[in-house]
Amino acid sequence: MRSYPADYELITPGNLDAVLRLLSDEPGRWTAIAGGTEIMVLFGAGKLSARKLVSISPLSELREIFEDEDWISIGSGCSFTQIRRHAGVQRHFPLLAKCASWTGSIANQNRGTIGGNLANASPAADSSPALLAYAAEIELISARGTRRIPYEQFHLGYKKIALAADELIRAVYLRKCPADSFCYARKVGTRNAQAISKICVAATGKLHQGRVEEIRIGMGSVAPAPLHLVGTERVLLGAALNDATIAEARKALLSEVAPIDDIRSTASYRKLIAGNLLEELLREFAAWGDRK
Amino acid sequence: MQKERIVGKPVFRKEGIAKVCGAARYIDDFSLPGMIFGATVRNAIPRGRVLNIEFGPGIPWDEFTVVTAKDIPGKNYIALINQDWPCLADGFVNHPQEAILLLAHPDRQLLPLAVAAVRIEYEELPSVHSIEESELQQTIVWGDDNIIKSYVMEKGDVDAAFALPEIVIVKGEYSTGAQEHLYIENNGAIAAYSERDGVTLWGSLQCPFYAHKSLLGVTGLPEDKVRVIQVETGGAFGGKEDYPSMIAAHAVLLAMKSGHPVKIIYDRMEDMAATTKRHPSRARHRTAVTKDGKLLAADIEFCLDGGAYSTLSSTVLSRGTIHSGGPYYWPNIRVRSKAFATNTPPHGAFRGFGAPQSLFATERHMDRVAKAVGLTPEEFRRRNLLRTGETTCTGQVIRQQIDLEGWMESALDHAGYYEKRARFDRENTDSLRKKGIGLAVFLHGAGFTGSGERYLNSLVGVDATAEGRVRVLVSSTEFGQGTNTILCQVAAETLGIDYEVVEMAPADTSVVPNSGPTVASRTTMVVGGLVHSAALGLKQTLIASGLLSEPYTSDAFQNAAKSYIAKHGALCSMSRYQAPPNVYWDDQKYSGEAYAAYSWAAYVAEVTVDLTAYFVTVDDFVALQEVGRVLNPVLARGQIEGGVAQGIGYALYEKVVWDRGLMMNNQMTNYIMPTSQDLPPIRVFFEEIPFEYGAYGAKGIGELPMDGPAPAILNAIAHATGEDFNAIPLLPEDIAERLAARTSIAKEMAAV
Amino acid sequence: MSARRFSLCVNGVERFVDVPPMARLLDVLRHELGLTGTKEGCGEGECGSCSVLMNGELVNSCLVPIAQAGGASILTIEGVGEQARLHPVQKAFLECGGAQCGICTPGMILATVHLLGKHPRPTQEEIHEGLNGNLCRCTGYMRIFEAVEKAACAMESGAME
Ligand SMILES: Cc1cc2nc3c(=O)[nH]c(=O)nc-3n(C[C@H](O)[C@H](O)[C@H](O)COP(=O)(O)OP(=O)(O)OC[C@H]3O[C@@H](n4cnc5c(N)ncnc54)[C@H](O)[C@@H]3O)c2cc1C
Ligand code: FES
Ligand code: FES
Repeated sequence: MRSYPADYELITPGNLDAVLRLLSDEPGRWTAIAGGTEIMVLFGAGKLSARKLVSISPLSELREIFEDEDWISIGSGCSFTQIRRHAGVQRHFPLLAKCASWTGSIANQNRGTIGGNLANASPAADSSPALLAYAAEIELISARGTRRIPYEQFHLGYKKIALAADELIRAVYLRKCPADSFCYARKVGTRNAQAISKICVAATGKLHQGRVEEIRIGMGSVAPAPLHLVGTERVLLGAALNDATIAEARKALLSEVAPIDDIRSTASYRKLIAGNLLEELLREFAAWGDRK
Repeated sequence: MQKERIVGKPVFRKEGIAKVCGAARYIDDFSLPGMIFGATVRNAIPRGRVLNIEFGPGIPWDEFTVVTAKDIPGKNYIALINQDWPCLADGFVNHPQEAILLLAHPDRQLLPLAVAAVRIEYEELPSVHSIEESELQQTIVWGDDNIIKSYVMEKGDVDAAFALPEIVIVKGEYSTGAQEHLYIENNGAIAAYSERDGVTLWGSLQCPFYAHKSLLGVTGLPEDKVRVIQVETGGAFGGKEDYPSMIAAHAVLLAMKSGHPVKIIYDRMEDMAATTKRHPSRARHRTAVTKDGKLLAADIEFCLDGGAYSTLSSTVLSRGTIHSGGPYYWPNIRVRSKAFATNTPPHGAFRGFGAPQSLFATERHMDRVAKAVGLTPEEFRRRNLLRTGETTCTGQVIRQQIDLEGWMESALDHAGYYEKRARFDRENTDSLRKKGIGLAVFLHGAGFTGSGERYLNSLVGVDATAEGRVRVLVSSTEFGQGTNTILCQVAAETLGIDYEVVEMAPADTSVVPNSGPTVASRTTMVVGGLVHSAALGLKQTLIASGLLSEPYTSDAFQNAAKSYIAKHGALCSMSRYQAPPNVYWDDQKYSGEAYAAYSWAAYVAEVTVDLTAYFVTVDDFVALQEVGRVLNPVLARGQIEGGVAQGIGYALYEKVVWDRGLMMNNQMTNYIMPTSQDLPPIRVFFEEIPFEYGAYGAKGIGELPMDGPAPAILNAIAHATGEDFNAIPLLPEDIAERLAARTSIAKEMAAV
Repeated sequence: MSARRFSLCVNGVERFVDVPPMARLLDVLRHELGLTGTKEGCGEGECGSCSVLMNGELVNSCLVPIAQAGGASILTIEGVGEQARLHPVQKAFLECGGAQCGICTPGMILATVHLLGKHPRPTQEEIHEGLNGNLCRCTGYMRIFEAVEKAACAMESGAME
């Protein structure tokens, strides 16, 4: 343990309002800690620069999953365990349930929250591709009120997010899509469990008469922030899923991604695998279309 | 054969109940009155002169005890084979993470901040970081030529064999990376000092007498003023053979200077960055073989990266050299081997001790030789495996009745090898998931190499307490492999008493004799044999005294022991090592009886290579071995399974990322070992041929399973993909690079 | 930030500690409460040797600041069973050779207790997943898997009695 605990403050106000007031009274001075699976790792390694922490993990306002006809909303303080076990999420958003199930280990899933995963803004975060594929929206809250933006607009750059100093993530909103859409997700990590992604992808789509009617693809670890593959989707929309389209899509993908070499993998591997995963997903998409 | 009551039975681990209850006490679980905490300040550069040390602001330095090389009362080195490994760098550093100074303070949590506040200025000097750079000898970083040790081992006339007509010559180069032990308990020690009692050291360690020897040198104290006690040790695998002597010395220096007991516990980052790893290696093979697949000659060059100091490299190199021939009959073989110095923290002992490196090369190479002469891997091996009466590459005659061919066949059967090989060949063509199955056959010498056991001259005792309990007195330590259990089984069996009546004396140098280090798969075979004879002596003493007569019950034995002690004061029997007959070894020529016994094995790995992500999954693993008599089937199985898991990690996951001698991925999140979701079923089979000179017929078992997985897996990958990969760790990135190039070339060719 | 008083219920007993709010639950258990059965292997949530149950959920105590454990109920290895009265999971680990060096064992046993609480008759996949945050370098996990199955059987037949 490389930090000195007495140098740090950690308070636990009992309700969300109190936390928001604190954040607005002293904007930028307080850092939220939810499940702590990022913060405490930094703390243990002697790398946590924030000295004043406010715990939001016990706040019931952030820990609930609501479901109605059209939407499911997931409180930012929901743990991955909660998410992957929720019947509605499993049924309507299997990609998210899947991503939650391969985030860290069982113990990490019991503590780690979706809000922490998104706010931490790692390009390798495992929930991001699924949220991009589902066109999720994200609700931010402060003493000033709430605002809801497409999740896609939340990431501004490497570890930069559209979150003001006095704001918290309140919830993630997912619009239920028609039951008959295609979905795909795959994580390529350093090993089968407890692995940070070398690359992670999730996609949803629909075909109409053999042509791509809808497609949304989210990818992690191939750019400074989780990436919605807009350019690739453009190539695919309206096209038939044949070899030529797939080759085109692979090309488009390469112009969108900008992976790097790091301690876990190489840029060239990530590029290659991104293309392979795209191809795998498109072939499964085509096969899914044929089956229907 | 099953007349024994205790040996061969799955009796529970001696310290098992304490372990499953969390009551077993490891070094960090101990505390002494007045104890303070120590930490190590290390350097960041690979090589150079220390110009200035500054104690930065914000730390109450006056509260700290600071120790530098100047404070060492004795000699400034950790005693191993040579005397080149400083306890504290004195003005000059030869690798990153070398210890420069020591700090102690009552507040444990303050230490990391203090360590970070020490600023060191250096004059950096050129450094070398690979076997290739070191052998160029452009920068000399050790001795006159960077060569820590070299051997030439030769049998027959290699050059003449290569000059024969009508032969096939196959060449290959193979390399292996460093491997981190990753015992889950980090290193640690507690030292106490008083003028009257001298030094007492408690530690997580394998070899109490190694630490003892180093402490004598560093403190300059007489033997009876240095006492080393091993406490429960949470994994070691060779990694707690040499480095704990360093930590022991550091804790002792701080304790002597501060006047307080001092505890030093490494955290994971420090443990990974600063302590030893498995030696990286490079092997170049040149093989002469007849057209019908009979091996004629091998010319092998085997090199290790030893790191910055010589530590144990010469003995690791020795074992690697001798195992280079694998389990084959070679009429002619020459192995030239060298350990090179680099500016990396010294590489050290790790389960297998050089053999996993050289056997990886050999077993990978044999598949390639087989292919070159148009034979299947198994048929080629069939024609060349050693048989009883033949000689190994050191000229040692195999006297044991072995049946390598039969064992190989049996392993192949268990694995469903023939059917699978054919099926995979058929089904792979159209699949993006290529399946393969591969084989490795190998051997592992048990005990110290050559005359090593004779030099060790181990001494073992068995005694009884006033309560009539029996104790085994050895310096052999338990760190998970089962020393306590096996040795107590042997003693109980020999004495004809209950297992529960026997216990281990504490591994305390003031209590137990020096039974040698706990390494080299020697504990069961060699030390167990000595426990057997010491126990026999104890029994004879009791019978001769008239207090006991056969047959007797366990209770009768205990009563007799009690009476004996009441009358004579003590009941103890000692036994010293005696070499088996006809053992001859020439240290110069590297010929003769290299090991008292070999264990043998045939491993089969089944893999899937996923061509989307180039990820390899091991789907099934068969590990069949002949290890002499299996003294405890549950423990033995556990040893094999654990070794295979480490071998799978070695082959496919575990990569040390270096930056000029500094480990960059010194965290568990970035150094990847297998989890419970990464391993295939590991199916273990034993052939048992009792070994005449081992305890109840046992040979060595601990290291063997480390040797086979990597070559078996890479052979399976070669089968799956048709590509030869000759370096480990083999990561998806490496496979992708090769196979993607192949595919794109194929595509371009198709397009033309 | 100076020490504050926190209360927690450890192995069924109410305990109070005076520590800074960011003190790790792991250190509180080991240093303040003397419960050294909980081990530190990495301090970064990777190895699981610090696993305990917090309000019935498996957590890595190295990643829990004490202020977030205030009022919680904690189960450590010391509360699972006693030397004279082993819990079926402990017994199975002993019998199957699930503990070698033993340093991962407390965490592994808590992960097993947690797993069997959720899945009394776990499939192979559930076992592999349930222990995926508890690294063991000694056993290669095979004896541990066997122990989990054995414990599941023992607990089921125990429950039927
Ligand atoms: C061993 C281990 C394995 C892991 N494996 C994975 C993995 O496979 N995939 C993966 O994606 N991640 C992984 N992680 C990372 C981590 O678990 C996740 O990112 C987790 O979701 C973080 O959530 P938390 O609640 O624990 O975050 P915390 O540590 O509490 O907070 C993280 C950051 O988010 C901020 N924050 C938290 N909640 C909010 C909120 N509601 N509003 C605004 N800001 C907020 C905090 O201020 C902080 O900056 C792993 C971590 C560990 C330790
Ligand atoms: S010490 Fe907590 S997970 Fe390793
Ligand atoms: S028994 Fe040693 S780490 Fe698991």
